[in-house]
Amino acid sequence: MKINKQSNIYTYIYIIVLVTIVGAALSLTYMSLKDKQQANADAEKMKQILASVHIIPKDGQVQTEYEHYITDSFIINPQGKRMEGDAFDVDVATQVKEPVDSRLLPVYVCNLGKDGVKYILPVYGAGLWGPIWGYIAVDADGSTIYGTYFSHQGETPGLGAEIQKPEFSNKFNGKHLFFDGRFIPVTVVKTGQKANTGGDQVDGVTGGTITSKGVSTMLDDCLTPYKPFLNSLNSTDNKK
Amino acid sequence: MADKLTKRQIFFNPFSKNNPVIVQILGICSVLAVTAKLEPAIVMGASVIMVLAFSNVIISLIRATIPTNIRIIVQLVVVAALVVIVDQFLKAYAYDVSRQLSVFIGLIITNCILMGRLEAFAMSNAPWPSFLDGVGNGCGYALILVGVGSIRELLGSGTLMGHQAIPQWAYEHGYANNGLMILPPMALIVVACIIWVHRYKHKDLQEK
Repeated sequence: MKINKQSNIYTYIYIIVLVTIVGAALSLTYMSLKDKQQANADAEKMKQILASVHIIPKDGQVQTEYEHYITDSFIINPQGKRMEGDAFDVDVATQVKEPVDSRLLPVYVCNLGKDGVKYILPVYGAGLWGPIWGYIAVDADGSTIYGTYFSHQGETPGLGAEIQKPEFSNKFNGKHLFFDGRFIPVTVVKTGQKANTGGDQVDGVTGGTITSKGVSTMLDDCLTPYKPFLNSLNSTDNKK
Repeated sequence: MADKLTKRQIFFNPFSKNNPVIVQILGICSVLAVTAKLEPAIVMGASVIMVLAFSNVIISLIRATIPTNIRIIVQLVVVAALVVIVDQFLKAYAYDVSRQLSVFIGLIITNCILMGRLEAFAMSNAPWPSFLDGVGNGCGYALILVGVGSIRELLGSGTLMGHQAIPQWAYEHGYANNGLMILPPMALIVVACIIWVHRYKHKDLQEK
């Protein structure tokens, strides 16, 4: 019997069989590579967290370095209370979409030995073309910024993408979050301008105005919920 | 392509005389996007060679069974599956590069070279010549990608594969990297220059 290749039945069966085979092949690939991909993504996250305290681990050393420096991590709520769960598994991208009151806020505690304990807080926001994110390391006084790391998905190279470079992120070092008990996150302004918030400011990236503003908004949006937590650090530190 | 091409011609024509990028002007969009640095250009080239070779072979193997009215869909399904597999492998084994290439690996699906080769060659040729055709065209594409990538990285960042290639004394004597080279428009201009030189060498390709 000769099969009619132009018939509808043949076409339907053909495409169903084809799609089933392709689907099976794809899920097989995904299943067999999933662990390795997850490990890569985790290592990348650890690298970024360590970058905020100016540590750049060697290739293949990420996990050990991370475990060496990050001594503790926990989740708090915006009231500063500790929550159940693993901080590393909290997806900051989904948390920032939640109302401020119900966000889960991860905190990574980093012990740098003689440089003291730093608290690393993740931030996430929007640049010009896509998401931007970063990690802010705060000194044990809850106010002084020790270091920052910023990254982006697709900002313009040479303009907005400059936020990823140390030239930009190092400008935040030594800036303060508290002024006479008032919490004012660092604002990013155009070079030469002055912020009227009364807080600290850094110069934005020339030609990357929207990305720079995005960084500013991100800091405001993501650090403000940490205020009670940082405040408690601040007061315990002052008592000493 | 009425004349019967030898296997050697099938493989080597796409390198120069019938190059997909500079003669057929296909796949220009990805050339713009991934050539700011040499490393992603090489990985992108290798990925396209893989996808093109295997999709050519697969389509060629099943070409007799494909119902003509859905042949483009069938080609797309095969290409899309291969692209996703390549993407998954890159995420697992070349994570940093896969982050740099981001969506462009996925966009191999829309690369005109693929559909062009599948329609023009694999649908009417046996698997082995199709494989050669796929690898040949992939290499032709990769060749231009690597060329443009090295020119742009060398002049734009002063590096090659991330290593400094312009000596330090040049900078000390006032040499500066050309930031314009990193931006997409310069990829077009570099490709245009390559086409210019290529047409000059091959008079028969010049339009009257």
